[in-house]
Amino acid sequence: MELNAQRSTLNAQFEAVIGLEVHAQLLTRSKIFCGCSAAFGAPPNSQTCPVCLGMPGSLPVLNRRAVEFALKTALALGCDITSACRFHRKNYFYPDMPKNYQISQYELPLAWRGSIKLPADGATRRIRIHRLHLEEDVGKLLHAGTLQEADYSLVDFNRSGVPLMEIVSEPDIRTPEEAGEYLRQLRAILVYLEVCDGNMEEGSLRCDANVSLRRVGSEELGVKAEVKNMNSFKNVQKALAYEIQRQTQILEEGGRIVQETRLWDADQELTLSMRSKEYAHDYRYFPEPDLVPLTSSPQRIDEIRATLPELPQQRRARFVREYGIPDYDAAVLTASRPLADYYETVARASREPKLASNWVMVELLGHLNKDGRDITESPIPPAELTAMLTLLRRGTISGKIAKTVFEQMYQTGKSADLIVKEQGLTQISDQDELRRIVEEVLAAHPGPVADYRKGKVQSLTFLVGMVMKASRGKANPQVANELLIARLKGEESGGNG
Amino acid sequence: MDLTRLTIHEMQELLTKREVSATELVRSVLDRIGRVDGQVKAYTTVTEDAALKQAEAVDRLRATGAPLPPLAGIPLAIKDVICTQGVRTTCASKILEPYVPPYDATVIRRLKAQEAILLGKTNMDEFAMGSSTENSAFFQTRNPWALDYVPGGSSGGSAAAVAADLCAASLGSDTGGSIRQPASFCGIAGLKPTYGRVSRYGLVAFASSLDQIGPFTKDIRDCAIMLRAIAGHDPHDSTSVDLPVPDYGAALTGDVRGIRIGIPDEYFVEGMDPEVEAAIWAAIRTLEELGGTQEKVSLPHTPYAIATYYLVATAEASSNLARYDGVRYGYRTSKPDDLLEMYQRSRREGFGPEVKRRIMLGTYALSAGYYDAYYLKAQKVRTLIRRDFERAFDTCEVIATPTSPTPPFKFGEKMDDPLQMYLSDIFTISVNLAGLPGISIPCGFTKAGLPIGLQLIGKPFDEATILKVAHAYEQATDWHRCTPAV
Repeated sequence: MELNAQRSTLNAQFEAVIGLEVHAQLLTRSKIFCGCSAAFGAPPNSQTCPVCLGMPGSLPVLNRRAVEFALKTALALGCDITSACRFHRKNYFYPDMPKNYQISQYELPLAWRGSIKLPADGATRRIRIHRLHLEEDVGKLLHAGTLQEADYSLVDFNRSGVPLMEIVSEPDIRTPEEAGEYLRQLRAILVYLEVCDGNMEEGSLRCDANVSLRRVGSEELGVKAEVKNMNSFKNVQKALAYEIQRQTQILEEGGRIVQETRLWDADQELTLSMRSKEYAHDYRYFPEPDLVPLTSSPQRIDEIRATLPELPQQRRARFVREYGIPDYDAAVLTASRPLADYYETVARASREPKLASNWVMVELLGHLNKDGRDITESPIPPAELTAMLTLLRRGTISGKIAKTVFEQMYQTGKSADLIVKEQGLTQISDQDELRRIVEEVLAAHPGPVADYRKGKVQSLTFLVGMVMKASRGKANPQVANELLIARLKGEESGGNG
Repeated sequence: MDLTRLTIHEMQELLTKREVSATELVRSVLDRIGRVDGQVKAYTTVTEDAALKQAEAVDRLRATGAPLPPLAGIPLAIKDVICTQGVRTTCASKILEPYVPPYDATVIRRLKAQEAILLGKTNMDEFAMGSSTENSAFFQTRNPWALDYVPGGSSGGSAAAVAADLCAASLGSDTGGSIRQPASFCGIAGLKPTYGRVSRYGLVAFASSLDQIGPFTKDIRDCAIMLRAIAGHDPHDSTSVDLPVPDYGAALTGDVRGIRIGIPDEYFVEGMDPEVEAAIWAAIRTLEELGGTQEKVSLPHTPYAIATYYLVATAEASSNLARYDGVRYGYRTSKPDDLLEMYQRSRREGFGPEVKRRIMLGTYALSAGYYDAYYLKAQKVRTLIRRDFERAFDTCEVIATPTSPTPPFKFGEKMDDPLQMYLSDIFTISVNLAGLPGISIPCGFTKAGLPIGLQLIGKPFDEATILKVAHAYEQATDWHRCTPAV
């Protein structure tokens, strides 16, 4: 079957019905049911204890912080909080799971019924959230070779018991692009709330999708396939587009969709069926007897609600309104909370929100991205960038010099004032000194002078450039410009001799 | 003087007065284990060297003149279902035969904090599933009163060890009667505390919503001492309750005047052994003579208790025992072809027949399509059973029943018929379903010389009252002073 995975346009007869299940690892210090560190990247099995190893006799104790993070997210998504939720055991055998059951939530999840609004052609589309619940992550298998051919496999239980929050959408999504937008919005919210780092490549944010097709206008749901193993935003969109094409083709040829789980193969860019028999589980859910029901009092919910920060969409709209920057810039600057905080600090302190936006977006993010650094690792603190913008605004340094100063601030961590002072980079606005340079330039370039007089206005740009060069960039370009024009025009009108 | 015969409080007195050292005490019990345990076979593991070392350490501590906690130097035995760091914890199962826990159960930490001496681990029905200790994968434990009879179960080893003076006291676990029934069969006191009173952290789970650790002792004062040592909130067990632990010793006033003793109609039914029934009525009369009054109470959902129990307990067990798969610890089959075969053969070879039976029952009860009819319905009946007791306790402070419908039976007598074996727990099971405290105390012997037990059931977290009544009864009788001939 030849399919173009990039193509997401549909045969007009059918529409896609997509629901997403997102698993977000919570940024708690410890695991969900024991005190072990939940940090990523430690040597295998160094962050384990009898509880997360499933040793006989060990018992889970719920991490209050994980509950707080989930409640925070639920409130940010506008969910109803279940007044008394329960944990259930999901029973199945797999070697990455030390108890051969996963403590999860089933009939009584922590929260229900929220939504995420997606911007869509000037309006918004509301994607409903079905439920939000907490569960424990499993360990990680390391196969000696491929899964099929390995003689043995090793298990690393560091991840076992890391808190996971599962967020299930209603099947309200219609296109792969919409799915991508839903994920980006959700990620931004999680990152904003500081409950998840949102890293899909490292697996701290994972996404499975349920995809089915139906005839346009129909309200019934078609047979769905569950697509797993999409570990980037790009892959989610590609996999969904592929899956929609695959199902369309089957239906058009008069075939029937089989309910199954399919794995996205990012190398081949197609989804492959996992043998459905092997994964036809009866999980035998029942209430976890080792944990008591979890109640969240209205007071506690109010307390948590009070800690909610301004969310990315609200902040983005406010940036446009308050700082007069374009929506695109506002979107970039609100992608994470520390970045938005950084920008807002500089915008307010410098009283130059547009200038601040350019410098943060172009220069600072450009440098940070190149170095693979996060805004929180910026060598230039907001106050220092503000100080530099102030020098620029006052005309103490030129825009060109500012770039040099910025570069040195970024590399050395020195302040703008110090760099300007040490290297004598203060802009020359002094008329006498500039007049001297202008005279030199005019004398050295009679050709362009003559051209200008013949009416070739562009020659002025060249002459300004020469003044800048002669002053090693320190000339105030505006003053230089004015002086040049006055001198060229003055000579013309005054005659030569 | 035979030191091994002494109760904890008698040992305490001698130790405090320095008339005997912990080392002498422990050595004499270890000597008796050496002489007698070959017949009784109560222990799966005896930690002789560690026990003697601990005893010497206690003696050195005492020599400094420092005040010592109540259990300092007292030799105890632990059911092999409670995790002991560095000491094999087998659950009397082949699948955990080589398993050495990396941590101590909370009760063990509490006993060690009191400088108690741990003599070793005791035999039991595999994973605490059974009523005779015949389901041990290793060997049978014998009833010290008659060696061709079972000691009861599942905590048969812990009960037999106390009855045969192979320790001063011991810990067991009780999911459906596994402390009280063997206490009854072995003629000693055995207490199942209220669910949540004692931490389950480190107790290898059979049925998490029913399991509770409790003591076996030679008398009620010892029972009070042991309960006080192990009870209390534990942050590692979310189901343990944060309530103050009373001084149970102070409750033993001997005064039971005005206490109303509930007698449930449903517990005195045909099929009960006549000698048991006679002994129970005699015990109730004794309590009346002491000033208690008899109250008729009704527990109408009693007939459903066994069915309910065998759904709830097996469902939880099927999940709790899933972790024994040969991947991380315990028994693993040799040279499996693939993962599935490793799971299947490790479990087939590692578990005994009763454990397999219960895993299958529980898996079935939780399966899609059966969950509502079995597990969910059982949970609803469980609520009704709990309400029966709440209503009954409106008119009484304790409920008195036989512990077991029969005296001890012979080896093999009930092994072919699991249902007959399950009926052995008919009077104890409801107490677990309702989460209540219950105690079994000796109240007589059959003509053949086999012990009979009286069960006293209390209100939630009111262990003090059942201990008070048990103690008053004990003061008025001599049954607890009788010792077997081994």
